[in-house]
Amino acid sequence: MKFFKFLLAGTFFGIVMAQSEAMSWYRIQEMFRFQSFHMYGIIGTAVVLGVIGIFLIKKFNLKDISGQPIEFSPKEPQMIKSILGGTLFGLGWALSGACPGPIVVNVGYGVTSMLVVLFFAVLGTYTYGILRDKLPH
Amino acid sequence: MDFILNPWPWWFSGALISAVMFALIFFGKTFGFSSNLRTICAMTFGRRVKFFDFDWRENTWNLTFLVGAALGGWISYQYMHGGIAVDLSDATLRDLAALGFAAPSGMQPEEVFSWDSLMTLKGFMVLAVGGFLVGFGTRYAGGCTSGHAISGLSNLQLPSLVAVIGFFIGGLVMTHLIFPYLYS
Repeated sequence: MKFFKFLLAGTFFGIVMAQSEAMSWYRIQEMFRFQSFHMYGIIGTAVVLGVIGIFLIKKFNLKDISGQPIEFSPKEPQMIKSILGGTLFGLGWALSGACPGPIVVNVGYGVTSMLVVLFFAVLGTYTYGILRDKLPH
Repeated sequence: MDFILNPWPWWFSGALISAVMFALIFFGKTFGFSSNLRTICAMTFGRRVKFFDFDWRENTWNLTFLVGAALGGWISYQYMHGGIAVDLSDATLRDLAALGFAAPSGMQPEEVFSWDSLMTLKGFMVLAVGGFLVGFGTRYAGGCTSGHAISGLSNLQLPSLVAVIGFFIGGLVMTHLIFPYLYS
C-alpha cells in the first residue's frame, strides 16, 4: 500500500502526457520547427510554477509528508556531460519523438512499437554505464 | 466534462505537470523519469557493471510511478483522448507533407510507428537508434525532460539549463539537418 500513492501519481502523469499530446511525435516535430506554442507553453508553465513553488518550499522550510525537511540535491556541476549528453538525447528525442516518460505512456496508450524504443533506451543507458569512465564529463 | 475528455490546453497541462513534481517532492522523492532506465539495468543484466551495482529496490517507488504512467496512457486512450487526430499547425502539416507524411489520423504517425514500418530496415533503425540515443544521452546528461527541464530548471540548476540547451541542439540538428535525408 505504501507504493499506491506513486502508482496514482504515475497514472496522473500518464494521463497528462496523453491528454496534452506531449507524447505525440507530431507535437515534438512542431516544437523543433517552432511552429506552435503548445509544447513551450506546457514546459514553460510547469517551470514557472515549479520555480515559484520551490522558492516557497525553501523560504518556509516546508516538510514532506513523513515530517522530514524537504531538501533539494543540486545537479552534478559538470558542463561537458550536460551539453554532450543533452545533445545526444535531443537527437534521439526528435528521431523517436519521445522522451523516457512518454515512451512508457505510449506503450500503455497502445503504441506497441514503442517497446522497441524502450528496449533500446535501456540498452543505451546500459552502454553509458559501461563506457562511463572513458567519456569526458 | 468535454474539457477533461478533449485534448488539454498547454496551461492546464503545464500546471498539472508541476503538480506531479510537487506531489513527488512532498512524498520525499524527486521527479525524474529516466532514472528508471538505470534501475531496470540494475534489476536485469547490468549488475556486473559498477554503475548499476546498487540496490534497485530503493527505486521501487519510481518503477511504480512508471507502471502508473503506462496505466495513465491506457486510460486516456480508452476513456478520454481516444486516439483522435492531433490538431497540428498548418506550417507543420506542410513541412511534414513535404517529407512524405500524411496528415495525422491519430496520436502518432503510422509512417513511424506502425508494425509495417517497423519491419523495414529503415523503420527499425529509426526507432532503435532513437531509443538508444535517448537512453544513452539522458544518463550521460544526468536527466531527461522531467529531471532537467522540469525539476532542474525549477530549482534554477545551471547544469540543467545547459542540458536543455543540448536537448535543443540535438533536436534541431535531427529535425532540420538529418530528417531531410531520412524522409523525402
